[in-house]
Amino acid sequence: MDKFILGGVELNSRLFIGTGKFPDKKIIPEVIKASESKVITMALRRVDLNSKEENILDYIPEDCILLPNTSGARNAEEAVRIARLAKAMGCGNWIKIEVISDNKYLLPDNHETIKATEILAKEGFIVLPYMSPDLISARNLVDAGAAAVMPLGAPIGTNRGLQTKELIRILIDEISLPIIVDAGIGKPSHAAQALEMGAEAVLVNTAIATAQDPVKMGRAFNFSVKAGRIAYLAGASGQKLYAEASSPLTGFLNE
Amino acid sequence: MSFYNKYLKVKDIDFSSFFEKITESHILKAINKEALDVYDFLTLLSPIAQNFLEEMAQKSHEITIQNFGRTMQLYTPMYLSNYCVNKCSYCGFNLCNDIKRKKLSLREIQEESKAISSSGLRHILILTGESKKESPLSYIIDGVKAVKKYFDSISIEIYPLTEDEYREVIRAGVDSLTIYQEVYNETIYDRVHIAGPKKNYRFRLDAPERGCRAKMRGVNIGALLGLDNWRKEAFFTGLHGKYLQDKYPDVEISISLPRLRPHIGSFNDIYSVLDKDLVQIILAQRLFLPRIGLTISTRESQSFRDNLIPLGVTKISAGVSTEVGGHSSNTKSDSQFEICDKRNVEEIRKMLLSKGYQPLFKDWMAI
Repeated sequence: MDKFILGGVELNSRLFIGTGKFPDKKIIPEVIKASESKVITMALRRVDLNSKEENILDYIPEDCILLPNTSGARNAEEAVRIARLAKAMGCGNWIKIEVISDNKYLLPDNHETIKATEILAKEGFIVLPYMSPDLISARNLVDAGAAAVMPLGAPIGTNRGLQTKELIRILIDEISLPIIVDAGIGKPSHAAQALEMGAEAVLVNTAIATAQDPVKMGRAFNFSVKAGRIAYLAGASGQKLYAEASSPLTGFLNE
Repeated sequence: MSFYNKYLKVKDIDFSSFFEKITESHILKAINKEALDVYDFLTLLSPIAQNFLEEMAQKSHEITIQNFGRTMQLYTPMYLSNYCVNKCSYCGFNLCNDIKRKKLSLREIQEESKAISSSGLRHILILTGESKKESPLSYIIDGVKAVKKYFDSISIEIYPLTEDEYREVIRAGVDSLTIYQEVYNETIYDRVHIAGPKKNYRFRLDAPERGCRAKMRGVNIGALLGLDNWRKEAFFTGLHGKYLQDKYPDVEISISLPRLRPHIGSFNDIYSVLDKDLVQIILAQRLFLPRIGLTISTRESQSFRDNLIPLGVTKISAGVSTEVGGHSSNTKSDSQFEICDKRNVEEIRKMLLSKGYQPLFKDWMAI
């Protein structure tokens, strides 16, 4: 049985989706339904509890896990404050750490992300840190108590796919925590590729939110993530299978 | 190092001879490049580029959707005081203009905040004229504290402050700074700012940078289009934006594109900026600076603003009054300039949704 357990919860979907950039918040429930996603991220800075109509939380089904993110945080201290606010506002104890001090490329600050992860994990948060794929930082995140590591495939919003493929592959091989590819996934085929490689899940926002038909695109990602996972389990061609018995070139040595 | 050093290097370039050499292939090449350099930017501001507005618009639309999604940030200005010691030839608040002056009391600021926040807006831009007597920093800080409980994001558009003073307003609750250079051309700057502290060009030019150093979350710059040749002014504004973005990557830099509007006073020395000119500026800025915020105010007409929405704009004002006390008081002041798009917040909200854009009322919170 292929189970995906994260933060002590068994998840039925390996597709996480974001709620920014949609033309109308009202279509978000339909997108979630079509994508079958169970983990939904939203920028806490956009949550408006004062407004019933404009409150993003009202558009997220109750059976989904809320994954508030710390978008807007420029350092660990701000990320920690946002995470605590999220908890106080009733968004649960899952948090996606986003520390970005570069508004040009929106690249994460791994150093500050590690610091925030350590503080929040100690406070009992299920911490999912968004990071630039770097093995040493990923190891530090493991030590800091992260529940998963979320490397970027390409800068946020660029839809360029797995530009950092080799670095992500190293994380998949070396890091014991689930690797969830976040950012840069622009097409369902990119998501499939990430899962085929052995990423446990992907997080997608821009590609769905800015599609002509976000609901249909949500469905397409749902299928691609499932296909990618099945392909991984099936051992896609080209993968090194250590269990392979036959040794056509060196078998003579054992004769 | 200040942007002034950069400005000195480009202020005397021969724009006309540069523009004369631009061909259609230069323009197409600039449009199709992934990262534009300053020459590409100036190419897209050339007269001949006006024949390629549709191509530029397609690219600008695509980049904007990718970076900002189908969303539009909403805000409204709140005028605290229109007392002003400056004599700026283009402004209704000019010391010499015989207008009705008003300054809101703290109670009135709260009334005004209540009235504005009831429309659902969570981002406010507070403005004052420049008067150390009527609107000193202490008054502005008290004002910020008074509006704080009604809004999630507070921007200021006031006279330039020192870095320490910016830190002080940030501590009081301000997160963003808007300060327009008005006109980058130093000679014209000196001419239109007839008297008053605003005559100090350098102090104003370096104000956005002081705001960045003080750790403002957002800094918004702009030139008042119409005070000089717009191609040059748009170029200098874009360079200023890039300078700040490169040097302070943790600050969200944005550019406003205000066109001179009719106002009380007699200034008529205006360089024409047609609708298609403003469109060209928006598109060139977006292609040059893909991540920069672009703001259009209610100075522009309803139908024109609606058409600008998919072209690269990320922030618009709604439910605007440029009078002190304009949202809640029976004894409001005269206005700074005439607004053109008089729609209220609900009307703007509906218009955005009908065009496939999500109105963003809240995109920040005090942390």
